[in-house]
Amino acid sequence: MTRLLAWSALLLGCVFFALPLVGMTEFSMRMLREGYSFEAYRVVLVDERFQLTFSYSVLMALATIVVGMVLVVPTAYWVRLRLPAARPWIEFITLLPLVIPAIVIVFGYIRLYNTSSWLPLTGSTTGTNILLMFGYVTLSLPYMYRAVDTGLRTIDVATLTEAALSLGAGWVTILTRVILPNVLVAVLSGAFLTFAIVIGEFTMAALLDRPAFGPFMQLLGANRAYEPAALAVIAFGITWACMALIQLATRFSKHIQVQR
Amino acid sequence: MPEPRPGPLSRLNLNWLGLLPFALFALLFLILPTMKIVVGAFQTPDGNFTLDNIYGLNTESIVSSYWVSIQLSLITAFLGCLIGFAMAAAVILGKLPGKVRSGLMTFSGVASNFAGVPLAFAFLATLGPVGLVTIWLRNEFGINLRAMGFNLLSFWGLVVVYLFFQIPLMILMIAPALDGLKREWREAAEILGASASQYWRMVALPILFPALLGTFALLFANSFGAIATAFALTGPQLNIVPIKLYAQIRGDVLGNPHLGYALAFGMIVITALANGLYIWLRVRSERWLK
Repeated sequence: MTRLLAWSALLLGCVFFALPLVGMTEFSMRMLREGYSFEAYRVVLVDERFQLTFSYSVLMALATIVVGMVLVVPTAYWVRLRLPAARPWIEFITLLPLVIPAIVIVFGYIRLYNTSSWLPLTGSTTGTNILLMFGYVTLSLPYMYRAVDTGLRTIDVATLTEAALSLGAGWVTILTRVILPNVLVAVLSGAFLTFAIVIGEFTMAALLDRPAFGPFMQLLGANRAYEPAALAVIAFGITWACMALIQLATRFSKHIQVQR
Repeated sequence: MPEPRPGPLSRLNLNWLGLLPFALFALLFLILPTMKIVVGAFQTPDGNFTLDNIYGLNTESIVSSYWVSIQLSLITAFLGCLIGFAMAAAVILGKLPGKVRSGLMTFSGVASNFAGVPLAFAFLATLGPVGLVTIWLRNEFGINLRAMGFNLLSFWGLVVVYLFFQIPLMILMIAPALDGLKREWREAAEILGASASQYWRMVALPILFPALLGTFALLFANSFGAIATAFALTGPQLNIVPIKLYAQIRGDVLGNPHLGYALAFGMIVITALANGLYIWLRVRSERWLK
């Protein structure tokens, strides 16, 4: 009886989740009247704006991941090693981007860094790109920090640091050759999640007027019929791939731990 | 520590220096921008203190946008909790094979991150005017969704779309709490003669209550701040707070920049309340789940 109820609850849910995925896939292949085809994908993929905005967002995501790592890994390490008292405060700050909606944060950017301010980031293209990148670092901060901090919990930070210091290593060496390899799996999980968030982000990019993939999708959706469905399939594929890579990384780490 | 120990004061100072890059980043890209909004909400254009901006929110159009946003968030959070709980309970407590569980968790991870513009497209292709399900129902069963009053580009349409990321988020958040329900509790209740409904009503649900309510608050905040999905689905017309704020940032539609600050400040207050509730309740619920 319980099992029957359980199966039916699950099946009902699965139908709800499967339908939009089937719907978008089916719709994306209906562009030609004579039958199913990949015409919509072809049209999207050869579109110059797709190539430009997509590569822009990929670059943005990679920059976000690198800057986020450089910022989060040393900080989380240092807090664990020397400033455990600061941990609640740092954790609170890293959770703030979940509390303050992205649209409010970017509103603050626009007003704080406008052309007449002390730091006129929005005055130039490079400045706006940097601002958007830091906005993405902010958005990914909760996930990145938690991933890295969880990774650091599994290793003995103090002992590793002492051992490295007594062998004559400097702080940069410790971070890049001792700490980073040990938390690499955690960092990778954070990185893939960041990638999934940044690649299709709409609000910040649109309000800062940057040619990112999110605003391009929105624009195409307002004007075309079949291409948006193809874009949705592509975006879903990317999200899926990122999550699969996270699982793969986690499984890989378990493998290493067993061998040890 | 292997290095020589200097006096307590200088050592303290050096340690705090390690946080400087992070503190600078947080200040510049998180705290100062937010402060700018909060302070601006209480300022006249000349920089004097005023409450007029907050009072200024009390117009019919702004109040109704808050009301629609709050209703949308409450309903999607409630339905998300209900359905997500049923699915998570089915998989975790319903004696289903372990493969089903890990499959559902993985999918929830994907679906809770599949929000924004593409999600709107997926639903347009499914339940839109010429979507797969709409056409299928019309051709096979003669059911005309639109004639029955269902429109994807309306409030209830938005509810259905939001559930696509709210339910998976609920599943991810409630699974640890369901795992924490000890088998001994159920066995003890059964030995004492409790029926299944008594067990749920008097043992399981009271224990799960903080976790359930906390996740509800989180789902509320999650949908309150969301804009991309609604924007891609309905364009700038739908009267919810984030879309109103978007239009205000783009073109000062309210005709007063400081009213825009107040609008954003109101959003912060509401999501902060919801998240505060979530954190407080999570601390309470973790007492039971150790």
